[in-house]
Amino acid sequence: MRIVEVKAVKDENPNVRTLFFADDLCSSAKAGQFVMVWIPGVDEIPLTLSSIGSQSMDGFSSVTVAEVGEATRALKSMETGELIGVRGPFGNHFETISRSGRALVVGGGIGMASLMPLIDRLTMEGVETTVLLGVKSRRDLLFTERLSELSSRGGINLLVTTEDGTYGAKGLVTELAENVISSERFEIIYSCGPEAMMHKIFKIAEEHRIPAQLSLERIIRCAIGICGSCVLGPYRVCKDGPIFTSDQLRTVRDFGKFKRGFDGRKTPI
Amino acid sequence: MQPRRSRRLTTEVAGLKLQNPTMLASGILGTTSDMLRRTAQSGAGAVVTKSVGLEPREGYPNPTVIEVECGLLNAVGLPNPGIHSFAEEIRSLEGLEVPLIVSVYGFSPEEYAEVAAVAVQAGADAVELNLSCPHVKGAGSDVGRNPKLISEVVKRVKDAVDKPVFAKLTPNASDIVELGEAAVEAGADALTAINTVRAMTIDVETARPILANKIGGLSGRAIKPIAVRCVYELYRVLDVPIIGCGGISSWRDAVEFILAGASAVQIGTAVASKGLDVFRLVAEGIESYLERKGYGSVKEIVGLSHRG
Repeated sequence: MRIVEVKAVKDENPNVRTLFFADDLCSSAKAGQFVMVWIPGVDEIPLTLSSIGSQSMDGFSSVTVAEVGEATRALKSMETGELIGVRGPFGNHFETISRSGRALVVGGGIGMASLMPLIDRLTMEGVETTVLLGVKSRRDLLFTERLSELSSRGGINLLVTTEDGTYGAKGLVTELAENVISSERFEIIYSCGPEAMMHKIFKIAEEHRIPAQLSLERIIRCAIGICGSCVLGPYRVCKDGPIFTSDQLRTVRDFGKFKRGFDGRKTPI
Repeated sequence: MQPRRSRRLTTEVAGLKLQNPTMLASGILGTTSDMLRRTAQSGAGAVVTKSVGLEPREGYPNPTVIEVECGLLNAVGLPNPGIHSFAEEIRSLEGLEVPLIVSVYGFSPEEYAEVAAVAVQAGADAVELNLSCPHVKGAGSDVGRNPKLISEVVKRVKDAVDKPVFAKLTPNASDIVELGEAAVEAGADALTAINTVRAMTIDVETARPILANKIGGLSGRAIKPIAVRCVYELYRVLDVPIIGCGGISSWRDAVEFILAGASAVQIGTAVASKGLDVFRLVAEGIESYLERKGYGSVKEIVGLSHRG
């Protein structure tokens, strides 16, 4: 475990904060990889890197945390100068396609965090990229500056949905995805968000025979592939994942249906 | 990929037939039938489940596992779904190509026996008694440091099941032989040595213990010489098969344990660095060693280092 200082923070919205730090290993991470973040005396949680040092102007890597419980509340309240522990980066990563292809990126809420380095990568490689972001309401928008900068430079085609219609199109991002996929041709679909959402995206991708790469989440303890907490079918999310292809997910019965609790018992998603 | 079957590698532990002497250690990946099956298919000669108790348990908050110099430190806290829920996983492993050993813990001799009985009823080929988890109060090594309690637990379990019973011993006692003797006198069919060594780590920047439970158990490279010594001492005085465990990551480590007196070896921590291929790689390495040294069977070298 490396102890790093929080170098800067940025509130993405009232419930979500990005914490920036300098770390060599995270700097050379690949898009979609995650780290275990230790909040001293509180907990240690898995978070996908929302920016990767080698791809960012100031050289900082970051994690982006939404407040959902005690650990995330403690982490979200951290300020510049405070210390956190970092293990990793762990897991596999998104595979990008050649620049002649077109990519669709679908993010739901905080799931957008793990897609941001991928979007950076795709635009850097010159892949024509459409980004769909779905949130509940206008106040839940996140990575607004980064996304609108990429969009205004022409790097991405950005479309936003809100469930209450306070920003962008009204509705679910999966509905927008279905429309976009029906009218345009994509070589690949990337997604991260609530699993029910990703399961729908997976189904739509299957119907249109487009390969998908989805970033999944389970309870993670060791992060090095041995403790068995994050198993999904024959896979370990921490080691064989967190990114899974449609080829892999086709045979995983629990995908979109069940996850395991801290005691290992299955609960419906 | 399954390792190629070899007569040199086949062995037997307390009546269980193993295609090769490597086993998945308890606490590693053995939480679901899917993962146990994948491990068996990767080449393990037998698989041991994560420890299961009577009631579901959530374990400790993170950090629960942390890499330290030469090893891994953990205090996961025995999370498990409880034997009645886990029995489903055991049942769905019917037809598994290698022996399935269910690791059992309890807060009393009666609990150990009840859990073991349900496990065997569901299809376990053997049970391994976790008498050695170093970080849960009232279970594991709290039981396993006391020879009288070990004896009671083993007797109760032996009365409750008709399958082999392994006793997994703790190194966190002044004399592991005394613990082994208590288990064997009470009827244990085999001994597993060793579980993790009590240990801790403190972060100097924040001046805090890193594990949420503060103290945990050390596994991996650092404990191998301790484990080899334990196996050697147990083999010298006891007649039951011994399963060596602690820091094995290569065929050389495995052979060292076998020469000390182990009939089989368990691998856990090394899955992190070498992946699930580690079982096949270790088994193939043992075979090459046997061939090079002119032995026809791995059984011929069990305890060989004890010769005069």
